[in-house]
Amino acid sequence: MAPRSPSDPVVTVLPTFSAGDRVFVKDETPPYHHRTPWYIKGRHGVVVEFIGTWVNSETRAHGSDGLPELPMYRVKFDQADLWTGYKESPTDKLWIDLYEHWLIPA
Amino acid sequence: MSDNKDKGGFYDTGWRPSGEVHRDEEGRPHDHPGLQEDTGMGVRVSRALAMHELLVEKGVIDENEVDDAIEAWSKRVPSNGATLVAKAWSDPEFRTRLLEHPKETVIESGFVPEHNADIIVLENTSEVQHMVVCTLCSCYPTALLGPPPDWYKSFSYRSRAVTEPRAVMSEFGLELEDETEVRVVDSNSELRFLVIPRRPAGTEGWSVDQLAELVNRNSMIGVTAATEPGTE
Repeated sequence: MAPRSPSDPVVTVLPTFSAGDRVFVKDETPPYHHRTPWYIKGRHGVVVEFIGTWVNSETRAHGSDGLPELPMYRVKFDQADLWTGYKESPTDKLWIDLYEHWLIPA
Repeated sequence: MSDNKDKGGFYDTGWRPSGEVHRDEEGRPHDHPGLQEDTGMGVRVSRALAMHELLVEKGVIDENEVDDAIEAWSKRVPSNGATLVAKAWSDPEFRTRLLEHPKETVIESGFVPEHNADIIVLENTSEVQHMVVCTLCSCYPTALLGPPPDWYKSFSYRSRAVTEPRAVMSEFGLELEDETEVRVVDSNSELRFLVIPRRPAGTEGWSVDQLAELVNRNSMIGVTAATEPGTE
């Protein structure tokens, strides 16, 4: 069950979001394993790109095979939006990988 | 927090389950100083040897598996990443291939990528400086950089890299203009990131080997720049 390379053309899922779409990250705290960190929940970002489908780490952590694979995106955030009183440059950004089911159109 | 002395790479004690001791060019066995005891074999080594014997006896592993794994690990060193960076600096076609088809290019270059992760290559420019962190744990492109340094795995780095990246870079000796975007990349998925630092000036015509010497491990994480010529 090797993860696919982003350059792999075989994608059986049509991604919902496109590069440049503004998205909101759900502010939820499910009791199971998830890799959406607290500091990104409830924040607005912009999709950089669709990065293919990946094994579901949220179910795999609890004994499942992690299938079907789920669509994932690289999303960018302004650091000034993430951290109150961010002291460094207003140009600074943070990029992170998020499953589609964590994103809502904004 | 900075760790200039750590050159990265797998710490090889020289011990092998096969009993053969790995020796250096002078014929001296590599061994952990803490295990030099009268018996010639430390407690940890004897325990590991006993466990290994039992696992082989019970058919859990075959007798060469651990030796092979140690050999594979010892090939995971920062010079792997440095070679890729130096080639990308020297050859525009290689650079494009590395950015667009990273995993395939890594394999073509003779390196073994991590089996359960994919690699993405991030290029620094005059406009963007990347800095990689894993806030959730310590995911790292081990296949290309060797095992991560302790500071990379620390709570301190994992929190400050996202909240005050420039302060962290400054501690590593890197200062950037406000106009340059500091782009922190949180590697929270199965993707691992390798940074191509900017090529230092005054290196025109240098060979790949010469250039690779300037690509220090920390610059491929993104907390420092590549080494300036004449200061290596």
